[in-house]
Amino acid sequence: MPDKNQNTEFHHALKVDEDICTGCTHCMTVCPTRAIRVSAGTASIIANRCVDCGECYRACPVSAISVEQNDLDIIFRYPVRVILIPGVLIGQLSHKIPVSRIYGALGDLGFTHVYQVENTVDMVLEAYSEFKEKNEIRPLISSFCPAIVRLIQVRFPGLVDNIIRVNPPIDMSALYYLEKLKSTGIRKEDIGLFYATPCAAKIAALKSPVGETESVVTGVINMNFLYNLIQKSIQNSEASSSMPVTDDLLNSRGILWSLTRGESVHSSKRALAVDGIRNVTELLENLENDRLGYVDFLELRACDEGCAGGILMTGNRFLTVERLRKMAADLSEKDREEQKKIMDGFINLKEHSFLGNIEPRNIEKLDENTSLAMKKMNRKRRLMCFLPGFDCAACGAPDCQTLAEDIVQGHAKISNCIFLQQQMVNQNLLSSDLAYRITEKIWGTDRLEKNCNKIGAEDENS
Amino acid sequence: MQYRYKIAGGDFSNAGSVASSVKKILRQLNIGHSVSKRIVIALYEGEVNIVAHAYSGIADVEIDSEKIRILLTDKGPGIPDIPKAMEEGFSTASPQVREMGFGAGMGLSNMRKNSDIMNITSENGKGTVVELINYFGTDAR
Repeated sequence: MPDKNQNTEFHHALKVDEDICTGCTHCMTVCPTRAIRVSAGTASIIANRCVDCGECYRACPVSAISVEQNDLDIIFRYPVRVILIPGVLIGQLSHKIPVSRIYGALGDLGFTHVYQVENTVDMVLEAYSEFKEKNEIRPLISSFCPAIVRLIQVRFPGLVDNIIRVNPPIDMSALYYLEKLKSTGIRKEDIGLFYATPCAAKIAALKSPVGETESVVTGVINMNFLYNLIQKSIQNSEASSSMPVTDDLLNSRGILWSLTRGESVHSSKRALAVDGIRNVTELLENLENDRLGYVDFLELRACDEGCAGGILMTGNRFLTVERLRKMAADLSEKDREEQKKIMDGFINLKEHSFLGNIEPRNIEKLDENTSLAMKKMNRKRRLMCFLPGFDCAACGAPDCQTLAEDIVQGHAKISNCIFLQQQMVNQNLLSSDLAYRITEKIWGTDRLEKNCNKIGAEDENS
Repeated sequence: MQYRYKIAGGDFSNAGSVASSVKKILRQLNIGHSVSKRIVIALYEGEVNIVAHAYSGIADVEIDSEKIRILLTDKGPGIPDIPKAMEEGFSTASPQVREMGFGAGMGLSNMRKNSDIMNITSENGKGTVVELINYFGTDAR
């Protein structure tokens, strides 16, 4: 069992509640980076492997995986309380609720200013052009989805140089609105900047950023939590009592940015947009093998339908996309140059547009030293001759190969395999008593006792 | 450390699977990307050659702490004129194969470019053996 506290420098927003977790392996088998193991009856996440994509959160049948967030009360520490909302927040609510009513509901919750995250996409597009001009490497991969940036770091370390080192809209908007408010005479310490996040990866990105830029965002509010509060506010009263300050900078480019093809559509050369972490993995495999031919730009997102499919989104992702596309069509196409002039009037963020280096972190290596890695590889291959290859996950690892690697690394024992355990008992190499205790170590004591509260059993809902 | 992979002639849908497997092994051995990228490209081209031209083939991969040696042995028509086949753009691939996006005549020259040592022997009507060697150099840690 790898130490779950190893490499605590990586901040993760996903947490397993050990009291709720039944150790069922659903999360473990869907994890794209094999970052989960089960021991003592609960799942745990290996910090340096996790990319915060949230596949485990989606797969958990008992909602034992949660996404950390700041308490809403902390916003009241600040006289000026800004909420930065991504377009998908509006998209997931019924089209019958006008945008102004949604802003009003946010005002009722205590926010003094509401701005849309994607208001700064034209600055991002400009930075993209500049980066493309200065860097020859192709294809460039969007830095928008933090789960993808991390996936590339750990599983495709050879492709980190392809990531376009430009700050995504959330960072640009946070900076922009901070500067804009400061320019009206408000002190920085009086401004609280909060972000309504559609996913866990964005939280991780703000708390432990890749590329050395510290975020100016004060805190994060989860979208599903906000959704409930907004719905409640709208149900309870016709009109809101406190309308927050906002501006009129949103354009159709911004509205569509976080959806699939929201970025790739702006590329004049060959560009691909791929969503869903499994699809992205497959594409990156092809790119690594040099099988894509010439591609200028890759827009890659961990979630189906981009941020509309974020793990903290409540509304149906396809309806969300539909509403946003309609909104974009209705918005008058604001002139990009004109808009830039307005924004540059406040502050030129050009020098803040770019990210530092993104480091590769190969998680697959068996050892830093190649000779030692080869020895471990030989041991692993030998172990695989004995492990059954069923990938049943009953050992607490997602598949036989991962168990073999964990054994080689000293994190697991061969007797964790229930099939080999049977064989060892049969050949008197292991007492049945000890075998039972090993099983309990993985799955927890009492796990094999009668329990009618589990899903599908007699008292499922009680 | 030795690995052996079978390659089926004509099975274009699987071309590249050996290269993918070897890539994963090199990553586990902590071989740097610039070295492994060349190996994977050379191996991929070799795989496609077998798929496109031969009836069947075998890839034998041998890795030690300094180098990787790949032996691609196929049963097939053989290469009558190896120097000619090495020329960029020269191809005997059928129109059908070209239609699938293969057979541009860059295979062997690409393999040479991406390997440190390459040896080809061929017997007409019997088959071809290609040996590829790449050194890890400072990329092995």
